Amino acid sequence: MTEIQLRKIDKHFGPVHVIREVDLTVKDQEFVVLLGPSGCGKTTTLRAIAGLEGIDSGDILIDGKAVQDVHASERDVAFVFQNYALYPHLTVYENMAFPLRAVRQSRAEVDRMVQSVAASLGITGLLNRRPSALSGGDMQRVAIGRSLVRRPKAILLDEPIGSLDAKLRESMRVELKRLHVENGSTSIYVTHDQVEAMSLADRIVVMHEGLLQQVGTPDEVYRYPVNMFVAQFVGSPVMNLADVEIAEGATGVGVSLGGRSFAFPPALSGKLRDAGAHQGKLKLGVRPEGVLVAHAPQDGYVEVTAGIIEPLGSHDIVDLKVGDGVLRARTKSGFVPGPGATVWTRIDPGQAHFFDTTTGSSLGIRL
Amino acid sequence: MAVVSTRAGRLGNRLAITAVILVTLVFLSPIYWITSTAFKPLVLATSVPPTVVFEPSITPFVKLFTKRAQLTAPVDPAVYEAAPWWEKLILDGGERLSRDGKGEIVYSAYPDRFINSLIIAVTSTVLAVSLGTITAYGFSRFRVKGEADLLFFILSTRMLPPIVVAIPMFLMYRAVGLNDTHFGLIILYTAFNVSFAVWLMKGFIDEIPKEYEEAALVDGYTRMQAFFKIVLPEAATGIAATAVFCFITAWNEYAFALILTNRRAQTAPPFIPSQVGTGLQDWTVIAAGTVLFLLPVAIFTFLLRNHLLRGMSFGAIRK
Repeated sequence: MTEIQLRKIDKHFGPVHVIREVDLTVKDQEFVVLLGPSGCGKTTTLRAIAGLEGIDSGDILIDGKAVQDVHASERDVAFVFQNYALYPHLTVYENMAFPLRAVRQSRAEVDRMVQSVAASLGITGLLNRRPSALSGGDMQRVAIGRSLVRRPKAILLDEPIGSLDAKLRESMRVELKRLHVENGSTSIYVTHDQVEAMSLADRIVVMHEGLLQQVGTPDEVYRYPVNMFVAQFVGSPVMNLADVEIAEGATGVGVSLGGRSFAFPPALSGKLRDAGAHQGKLKLGVRPEGVLVAHAPQDGYVEVTAGIIEPLGSHDIVDLKVGDGVLRARTKSGFVPGPGATVWTRIDPGQAHFFDTTTGSSLGIRL
Repeated sequence: MAVVSTRAGRLGNRLAITAVILVTLVFLSPIYWITSTAFKPLVLATSVPPTVVFEPSITPFVKLFTKRAQLTAPVDPAVYEAAPWWEKLILDGGERLSRDGKGEIVYSAYPDRFINSLIIAVTSTVLAVSLGTITAYGFSRFRVKGEADLLFFILSTRMLPPIVVAIPMFLMYRAVGLNDTHFGLIILYTAFNVSFAVWLMKGFIDEIPKEYEEAALVDGYTRMQAFFKIVLPEAATGIAATAVFCFITAWNEYAFALILTNRRAQTAPPFIPSQVGTGLQDWTVIAAGTVLFLLPVAIFTFLLRNHLLRGMSFGAIRK
């Protein structure tokens, strides 16, 4: 049972306010991913939990016990570094045994634990090697093994697979997920890669400029981003964002974007009013899969010209010229024959998000 | 890297090798000179032109370790026959070994001076390297207030030619009773070397990623344990290089040893030339003393050669 709680954590590096009053509870056995661009304070937060970085104010609780003044070695958490930090002068075996020797385990016990973790990671054959003789993926397996071997209260991972190549990253991602399922240890994982975050996390914590932006399951964060930052940071390709005007008509509401009007259900105007939206300070956000494309004119569809097409194999990303702006749509591959083709498009109201331009926050409208 | 063998490339290679051999010969010639002199009979040591081919003898080494007097009368054949082979070498040269009242051979001060050199150089090297490593670690890993100024101050102690302060040092040492003591020379050489050690070690420790220690910290070790278990082994190369330089400086130091010591704590460098003028100018004895004096540095450097050549250990950190 390990629960990690952050209460109003605050931290400055000189004049830079790196963590601003961060509140977060990581439940037992939960896999939480801190996601954000570089410099958002996610790594500093992780290092603060490990005790490698002090905090200015606030409380860090591990199992209900305040540890912000406790030395890193006493916190019983493990840390996996982006650059692995395997001790070059020790063999793989000794690297993995190193944390156990700190707590003075018997020789037999050390051997048993190292062997069992090595077996679960498939690195038994590497135990006598030096770290410099390992590939990147194996180094990371050893680093993860070193963190697991002690059965710590929690495992903190700082971009552990960030420096591997794309293919290896994918297989390590699966392996990390498997290890978490097997061991069930409370884990906090830092990354700037939203794909990693989406695929690994039980909950994602999106950070920006030292502030928590949103905390939620991958699905929540993807489908209901609370502000424009989260909307654009999560998801690839990024969400379309455009200034829109609202025009109420007899049959429905017209959302005009780049001079073209898209039909929305009548309920929109009421919801916008309730949310306190102001005309002229409104942005519409829609992910490329929410931009529907048709070959022939249909009810509610608007005629547009296709621009650049990015074929991605499983699907295409098509730029649609809407007035002076561009909407990116996701289509089946080859659906739009080529640049310059005329197609018809509409925005799926169910996948549309409305943001207040001044605050950047979502108006929380779900249609 | 592909090596393309061209005619010009091969010629260049040969020229380079020739140049390296020539330079090496130039640098080795004084060592050859002193070594060959140490094995020459006295008459050949100063012959002009110099003798290159001669029958080597170890007489100079026997002379180095003994006190001798000129024979005033031919030696008694019975005494000559009873003498061990090395004493015969002395008698052949027209000298006899000095003996004390009990008839025991009186040895020269060279072994004592040599041991003094070892004690002082080794101790001051250990001290300078230890202090330098700890200080460098502090500067490298912690935010030290006024770090740049402090480091500059440490470096600035090297800016003055040491001999400039020789007279004040002499007066101070005499005042506090450090004259002619091992301790006096040890702290002096440590002070010489520590600034150098701090700067050199800081470079090496800066190169050790701090994640190593952080990994050890979260793995349940204290900072002190992390320092000894992780930083020291990683810094071994730097420590070896620093130790060699500090040892050479302390071992070879002449001026202060000459001024601050005369008997008890005198090191080999001021002792060796002091042999000139005792009796006659026996250059072969000087050469023998010098050759033996060269050995510890050569051995020390040889033992640490792997560390010196290896460079920074290639580790398991991806940058």
